[in-house]
Amino acid sequence: MSSSGGDAKLFARGKVAELRQELNSGGKKDKNHSAKKIALKKIVANMTMSNNDMVALFPDVIGCMNLPSLEIKKMCFLFLVNYSRAKPEIALKALPILVDDMEDSNPLVRALALRTISYVHVREFVEATIAPVKRLMQDMDPYVRKTAAFCVAKLYEHDKKMVESSDLIDRLNSMLKDENPTVVSSVLASLVDIWGRSESISLTIDYASASKLVSILPDCSEWGQSYILEALMSYVPQDSAEALLLAERIAPRLSHSNSAVVLTSIRVILYLMNYIADERHVTSLAKKLSPPLVTLLSKPPEVQYLALRNAILILQKRPEVLRNDIRVFFCNYNDPIYVKVTKLELIFMLTTKENISVVLAELREYATEIDVHFVRKAVRAIGKLAIKIESAARQCIDTLLDLVNAKIPYIVQEATVVIRNIFRKYPNQYENIISNVIQNIDELDEPEAKAAIIWIIGQYADRIENSDGLLQDYLATFHDETIEVQLALLTATVKFFIQRPTKGQQLVPQVLKWCTEETDDPDLRDRGYMYWRLLSTDPAAAKQVVMGEKPPISAESEKLDPKTLEELCLNVGTLATVYLKPVQQVFRSARTRRLQYSPALQKPKEEVSSAAWQFPAAPAQLTASPTAATNPTGFPMTGAGGGPVDMNAAVSAADNYFNSVGSQQMAALDLGGRGDGGAGGGGASQTQYVVNQNQQQVYQPQLAGGAATGELLLL
Amino acid sequence: MLSGILIFNQKGENLIFRSFRSDCRPRLADIFRIQVISNPQVRSPILTLGSTTFSHVKHENIYLVAVTKSNANAALVFEFLYRLVMLGRSYFGKFDEEAVKNNFVLIYELLDEILDYGYPQNTETDTLKMYITTEGVRSAIANSATDSSRITMQATGALSWRRSDVKYRKNEAFVDVIEDVNLLMSATGTVLRADVNGQIVMRAYLSGTPECKFGLNDRLLFDGDSAGGSSLGGGGGSGGGAITGNRDGTTKATRAAAGSVTLEDCQFHQCVKLGRFDADRIISFVPPDGEFELMRYRATENVNLPFKVHPIVREVGTTKVEYSVAIKANYSSKLFATNVVIRIPTPLNTAKTTERTSQGRAKYEPEQNNIVWKIARFSGGSEYVLTAEATLTSMTHQKAWSRPPLSLSFSLLMFTSSGLLVRYLKVFEKNNYSSVKWVRYMTRAGSYEIRF
Repeated sequence: MSSSGGDAKLFARGKVAELRQELNSGGKKDKNHSAKKIALKKIVANMTMSNNDMVALFPDVIGCMNLPSLEIKKMCFLFLVNYSRAKPEIALKALPILVDDMEDSNPLVRALALRTISYVHVREFVEATIAPVKRLMQDMDPYVRKTAAFCVAKLYEHDKKMVESSDLIDRLNSMLKDENPTVVSSVLASLVDIWGRSESISLTIDYASASKLVSILPDCSEWGQSYILEALMSYVPQDSAEALLLAERIAPRLSHSNSAVVLTSIRVILYLMNYIADERHVTSLAKKLSPPLVTLLSKPPEVQYLALRNAILILQKRPEVLRNDIRVFFCNYNDPIYVKVTKLELIFMLTTKENISVVLAELREYATEIDVHFVRKAVRAIGKLAIKIESAARQCIDTLLDLVNAKIPYIVQEATVVIRNIFRKYPNQYENIISNVIQNIDELDEPEAKAAIIWIIGQYADRIENSDGLLQDYLATFHDETIEVQLALLTATVKFFIQRPTKGQQLVPQVLKWCTEETDDPDLRDRGYMYWRLLSTDPAAAKQVVMGEKPPISAESEKLDPKTLEELCLNVGTLATVYLKPVQQVFRSARTRRLQYSPALQKPKEEVSSAAWQFPAAPAQLTASPTAATNPTGFPMTGAGGGPVDMNAAVSAADNYFNSVGSQQMAALDLGGRGDGGAGGGGASQTQYVVNQNQQQVYQPQLAGGAATGELLLL
Repeated sequence: MLSGILIFNQKGENLIFRSFRSDCRPRLADIFRIQVISNPQVRSPILTLGSTTFSHVKHENIYLVAVTKSNANAALVFEFLYRLVMLGRSYFGKFDEEAVKNNFVLIYELLDEILDYGYPQNTETDTLKMYITTEGVRSAIANSATDSSRITMQATGALSWRRSDVKYRKNEAFVDVIEDVNLLMSATGTVLRADVNGQIVMRAYLSGTPECKFGLNDRLLFDGDSAGGSSLGGGGGSGGGAITGNRDGTTKATRAAAGSVTLEDCQFHQCVKLGRFDADRIISFVPPDGEFELMRYRATENVNLPFKVHPIVREVGTTKVEYSVAIKANYSSKLFATNVVIRIPTPLNTAKTTERTSQGRAKYEPEQNNIVWKIARFSGGSEYVLTAEATLTSMTHQKAWSRPPLSLSFSLLMFTSSGLLVRYLKVFEKNNYSSVKWVRYMTRAGSYEIRF
């Protein structure tokens, strides 16, 4: 009666003295110990509420541990696990009871005791577990054996050295021969767990074992299947045919209803593909991956989100996957925002010349929704598509102008920024829309949008009739603007002067004076001095530099660099794929997987060597992480844009270094959206500046509270 | 794997805190409360702080949270959380704050059983209910060693989902084919997206260890190329590569015309032998006792849309919106849909509405900004019209109306949007008993949206 629900009334704060009295009440009359049960339940409830006074009841609780009721025992054990660290000396009194229970005739009791004792992080408990666990690893009951398998991993967490000096890991290893599939999968889970905690332990699986593991997959629980698949990542195929055979035998798992099984299977198959020689087989395997990924979209939103993040990843690795499926990524009105935003990214990636009309109609629809963040992303995507697909630029621009006409401030601001990028990408093609953009100048109040319009004014100072007036309006509030806008104003003023010297002649000295003498910002001051010297030494050269041809931009910034991509593909379905960042950048202590060399590895030789050759670029990589830490919205991969620069400039190591550092800073600054990099086109001509897809997030770090979709927060 | 499982109510009170590793400290409960529950701007189910990741799902009025360290398998984490919800529902009927508070000790007991060191263990309801029950008889069963062995075999066996001693006087199996049809139609009436998410739910009341075979009118081509690719390559690449896209399209069309259905993809319950399915397309399984979801599938071709909706919405100046919505049933007149509900969005500044319908009732629901038109019974072939008018209050700050799509919900028996049919269900059991099988079809609205 007491246990059939209705315990809510016990879920209340209690006092130690009262509970102690209750716990010891009842006496002999209370045959079912119901009074004790109620008291224990109250204690468990208080434990949950982190009422730490409960520690005082430790001796009383241990006193109840041996009562002949499994229910009471379990509650006492829970208490023990919770408080043993606080009072190890009292906890010790429970040790003999646990040791006794491990010899009980009832397998459930043996397993319970073993499970419990190994949760207790107290040296004596750990030591006392070693001998019994060795015995229980050979218990006749599989349920006990699987518990013993996990127990080894638990002991390893408590005391690495003790386990390493014992033969427990060897014994665990030999349990792989167990005839019960659940035991085998538990052993593997335990081994992989231990592997993850120590760089000194390696886990290798040969073909015969891998093949046997695949054959017991159908007999395992869904979780067991995940553990086995996870462990198969430690198998390094030595032969292309073996890899293929295994991949094909794993493929049926893609139809499992548990998304962990599906995604882990995808991970293993993608991994094995690296070792398969015949491109035709690889393609046919890759094609098997799309339908299950899409099917996961009918799962709960959290799983959908995960499937979508992984789709972004897999799409970069295998562009042929998902190629025909763009419509399934169209957003439902009720999708949660994190699903919508990820779908939007996929839509962008899958858009081609052929489907652009459908996509634009869809994005237009999104631009009328309520969620401001999402609307901005949709507008931004339209602009990026103009840059990605040249033949559709006109269509994209028309859509943008259409949206701008609705005069919704945040749409106008977002559109202004992307139109600036379009001008940048296609010089001398779409300037006829300048007037449409300038029209809305009063709507702009966000720094990025202001910087964009100022860039346009500066760049086209000679075509915009009242450019001097517009510029002066902004200069009037120069000191109140953010640094991003000030930098844009400085560059724009110089450009204005170069194009219309007579009108600009009063403005320039004033602005240069502000920038060099009245600012605390080193970037602004440096750039001010640079222009000053440039203009005073050689006006002709200045014109060439400032109005010179700009390095091209592309919209492909969301491409992960090959190394990260490779690493993430070995981690499909894990948390790192949600963030799409290198594993160790998110989880510093995580042990990472690398593609292991074998004769069957299909990676082209030169790629391997060039990866090693790029090593000097490491300083740039190092600077990348603090950038990411201070500005969690940034995509530090942009730093890898320095890659090609390094390659070309490799002749001189010093040049190389400064180059990469330079572009690194540029990339960091670039987050503010100064797409022209302020260098006015004077930069190294090989550098590809990119329209960073994550720019828009800069807008609302406060709004997102850092906890937005896929955001990282440092504690 | 998991370091801990936490359950909170909406106020942020911690109802369950079970740690499985020493790195899951009690203060993490406070961190989750502050960072997620009391932070209205959280937009992701996953939050990583330092090396700790909180993954959560919301169910009824509780948060279920998994704490992990390092780079955990996120799919496994969420699948587990949803499994926990399912277990809770099967144990307590409803899994909400009240149920958690009323059964917190049982939940701790369950958690201790279904997770070991944070690794999910056997989570099959049937097995768990053998020794963890709400009736307090658990001690009786589990205290005898032989009974316990039966339980442990069950929990670690290859058929962990089924007890071997099931007996029924009458052997019956009920199959429900339930399809959620999704539609997204543009304002101009073109179908942007139409697909079907189907599930086949079975209620098996069969004795012993029955081996079932299940057949559908499917033409499972996961991809024409995967099977045909190699043979095509052998037959000479006579332009085969160049027209791949075309060839694919035509084969699919002809197959659909032959009275069979093309399923894009299927996912099966744990009990289905996936190897057999992959090899010869036979769905073969030993079912769990009682109700379970046998499979899920997806179809995107030749989707039959049960309802055609034609909305005309006119904004008259800034003070009035006029609606005329026609809806036509696109299925045989022998069938009828029930609980047809059409939600027609109105602008946020709607002051009052008037509506007239040729069938059913329409009502304005100001809190949802919808006119809700309900038709209890909708026979095949019929067509109904609603005309309505929304009067708007004038606003100082005129913002364009975002026009969310019009949406439909309904359920329609004996109809499948995909055209899927159950061909046979055979039961083999060593006692050779005869069994009765029933099949039911139903199509429901998934996300059935029409833009205007």
